[in-house]
Amino acid sequence: MKNFDALSHPHRLTRLNRRQSTLIVISLSVIFLLGLLSGGLLTSDAGLSTNLTQRTLLPSLEHPFGTDWLGRDMLVRTLKGLTLSFGIGLAAATASALIALVLGLTSALAGRHADIVITWLVDLFLAVPHLVLLILIAFVFGGGTTGVIAGVSLTHWPALTRLLRAEVLQLRSADFVQISRRLGRSRWWVATRHLLPHLKPQLLVGFVLLFPHAILHEAAITFLGFGLSPHRPAIGVILSEAMRHLSAGSWWLAFFPGLALLVMVRVFDILGENIRLLLDPRTAHE
Amino acid sequence: MLLFLAGKTLRLLTLLVAVTALSFLLLSYSPIDPVRAYVGADMLKVGPEQWARIAEHWGLDRPPLERFTRWSLAVLRGDLGISMIFRRPVLEVISERFLASLALMLTAWIFSGVFGFALGVIAGMRQGTWTDRLIKWFCLMLASTPSFWLGLLMLMVFAVWLGWFPVGLGVPAGVLAHEVTLADRLNHLILPALTLSIIGVASVALHTRQKLVDVLASNYVLFARAKGESGLRLFWRHGLRNIALPVITLKFASLSELFGGSVLAEQVFSYPGLGQAAVQAGLRGDVPLLLGIIIFSALFVFTGNLAAELLCNLIDPRLRLKGNSFEKL
Amino acid sequence: MTETQTSIMPLLEVCNLSISFTQYMEGLRQKSLQAISNLSIDVRAGEVIAVLGSSGSGKSLLAHAILGILPSNAMISGKMRYAGENLTPESQASLRGREIALVPQSISFLDPLMRVGEQVRPSMRNGNSSAIQREIFARYHLAAGTERLFPFQLSGGMARRVLVSIAAATNARLVIADEPTPGLHPTVVKETLAHLRELADEGDAVLLITHDIAAALEIANRIAVFYAGTTIEIALASDFSGEAELLRHPYSKALWQALPQNNFIPLQGSQPYPDALPPGCLFEPRCQLSSHECKAAQPEPRHLRGGTVRCFHAA
Ligand code: SF4
Repeated sequence: MKNFDALSHPHRLTRLNRRQSTLIVISLSVIFLLGLLSGGLLTSDAGLSTNLTQRTLLPSLEHPFGTDWLGRDMLVRTLKGLTLSFGIGLAAATASALIALVLGLTSALAGRHADIVITWLVDLFLAVPHLVLLILIAFVFGGGTTGVIAGVSLTHWPALTRLLRAEVLQLRSADFVQISRRLGRSRWWVATRHLLPHLKPQLLVGFVLLFPHAILHEAAITFLGFGLSPHRPAIGVILSEAMRHLSAGSWWLAFFPGLALLVMVRVFDILGENIRLLLDPRTAHE
Repeated sequence: MLLFLAGKTLRLLTLLVAVTALSFLLLSYSPIDPVRAYVGADMLKVGPEQWARIAEHWGLDRPPLERFTRWSLAVLRGDLGISMIFRRPVLEVISERFLASLALMLTAWIFSGVFGFALGVIAGMRQGTWTDRLIKWFCLMLASTPSFWLGLLMLMVFAVWLGWFPVGLGVPAGVLAHEVTLADRLNHLILPALTLSIIGVASVALHTRQKLVDVLASNYVLFARAKGESGLRLFWRHGLRNIALPVITLKFASLSELFGGSVLAEQVFSYPGLGQAAVQAGLRGDVPLLLGIIIFSALFVFTGNLAAELLCNLIDPRLRLKGNSFEKL
Repeated sequence: MTETQTSIMPLLEVCNLSISFTQYMEGLRQKSLQAISNLSIDVRAGEVIAVLGSSGSGKSLLAHAILGILPSNAMISGKMRYAGENLTPESQASLRGREIALVPQSISFLDPLMRVGEQVRPSMRNGNSSAIQREIFARYHLAAGTERLFPFQLSGGMARRVLVSIAAATNARLVIADEPTPGLHPTVVKETLAHLRELADEGDAVLLITHDIAAALEIANRIAVFYAGTTIEIALASDFSGEAELLRHPYSKALWQALPQNNFIPLQGSQPYPDALPPGCLFEPRCQLSSHECKAAQPEPRHLRGGTVRCFHAA
């Protein structure tokens, strides 16, 4: 019974000072991600070259993540891999967000027929399991970086499109939009002057939250062998190679890169959630 | 209800046709030469003439539209073609592989459902406490975990270090498929199923927790407490009743993720299921098999969604008894 | 509405009840939201006492405090006695649903997925609960099939009867009706109020929390006027008459005068927010009789002509 007493009402009144902690969390996340990125970009490629005197070393001070069977430093490989993931995430998130924005706006503004078509399109893309769709698209592009970026971009817009469409539908019935329409403003005018500013928070949050998905899917598809070429230091490549060396007991080959990926994905998630909290406390749970 | 089913079926049909046509179209533009899939390792032994003859045999020299018409007519007769890498009918490969995947997915589906629900209920009942925070943290971490990496960790711990399970290979090497015992199968099922279950826990637990928190903050729970109900009794009477359906619905509606997860898990554990077949078909350019799997997976996802909606309509009195209110008494 | 039924010892006494919530402002500043301050009221067996206040002014918290179901971040002080015993969280837990029953505001207080009959029954812990429930349904003119219905299938009037029947089914001695007639059809309002009156006439104590002055006047013996988190006057229902000369507090008078059937003189201004209460008398900013001392201190309740009032200048 104590529990129920403690539970019945969410602590709505205590939420206000979250704003500050939210800001702190956002800054920390951004700093962390920028750190990762610059780490990956600034580290020289020296660690990536084969060094047969340093083969399969356990993690040590010199090589915090150990080295692989070719003597390559796993920390450097991981950092490079994360940078690559970041880049692909960026490309895919940008493309998906753009597609979602265009489709979401069109769907809600361009009349019933456009809406039906777009809703159907969303359903179509959600009809096949995500990963299978990725395999299909990567296959069509014959694998490689283009295939991965195309695959990841082309599979992540449906959810955001739905969200934006719902938001636009709601906004459309708002007074100021109705008045503008009655004043004879064009759809385009309404879309850019009224709707876009209101969609910005949603779009930004959606954009950031696309990263974790895109990154995880890129890693997965690369791991399966459809994505980036084996010569690239992608996390998916590292892990699929590590799998082959697992039975030899080289646990660090898989452990650290995967963990690093997890942390990066989680930080993106935290970043997105906190931006949402900051911009739109109304819809944020908790 | 009949109308509802008819509508759904119609929607499925349009979607299936579109998925099929689109996939076929896309696949026919792939730079990967399907003949290579057929030829496989014999690549060097096959001359250009032979290559052309193989292409002709498969009808690959025809224009895409003709191939599509021919293929779809065959599909309508229930013939999905021959898998190039398995050299067996696609339907046969799929049904065999799907049974294996089904065992895997079903186990994971049930376990992740049960444990996720339990965790979500515990967290929701203790909202704001350390227990809740711990469970939430754990689930959010899990949600960010690459499932294939978790699989690798499992392999590392249970297969390499502890040696409890074989490293890879769905069936013991050198043993004919039909000689594989049930125990063998189970042995190979455990790790991938465990991995998939753990990954699946996160979304169920978080969803359950959120639903329970909402329910506990509702007016009817406040009133139930005013009527003297509390603790487990309150949960049993009002909590469970109101969160069960949304959670079960979520489970059915998320078969798409389950399928994707099983593709990865099967790859990590070399489990001979449909997901592994999909990966092989994709990597080696087995277009008929890939197409078959795409269609099948769409059916699979659709079945889940349909089941979710049907369940809601059958169980939720607000939907079931719509229009059947006091006037009809 | 016989005064003779009103016994001397109150069944429920609430003394100086204050409820506040902590609110975190930007930065680390904390602010206390005073939702209810120094509220005193007593409820006697056989009477209906109405707590009358504008909607959204936190009156429901009084009900929740008596029942012990406030959210955990609420801070509460003051004294509550039920049948001469101090109310503690433990005693509240055993009293609610047995001795003290709540009639909630709306259908949303019923579990949407549970049949109505089942929601009425758990309140009864002895005897054949199904039989009692049927009896009660019959008494409230609810058809036999009603128990098999889900809340969403009830009409407005039926829902009301079900909600009252839940309280009636408990054999409670204290019935708290929290805004039981929001936006209902006049006949349904009348019927619901009649049911509450009936419960009082059978010997229960009824605490009616409402914003509807007409409803309060229709069945209440006494009316506690609620303003900015406290009761500023407790008057007899009969005091609300004529030119309000029998009423003691300027706010009560203004309330009465603002009614269309009286002089229809609206009261200027609005109630202070719980985070910005005036330092002196809570009504001071809007009061025409306001004087120096009103600004400095809050008037304590005092007895006057058979009622209670919190005003320095009431006579
Ligand atoms: S105490 Fe003073 S300000 Fe308050 S109601 Fe009385 S006269 Fe008005």
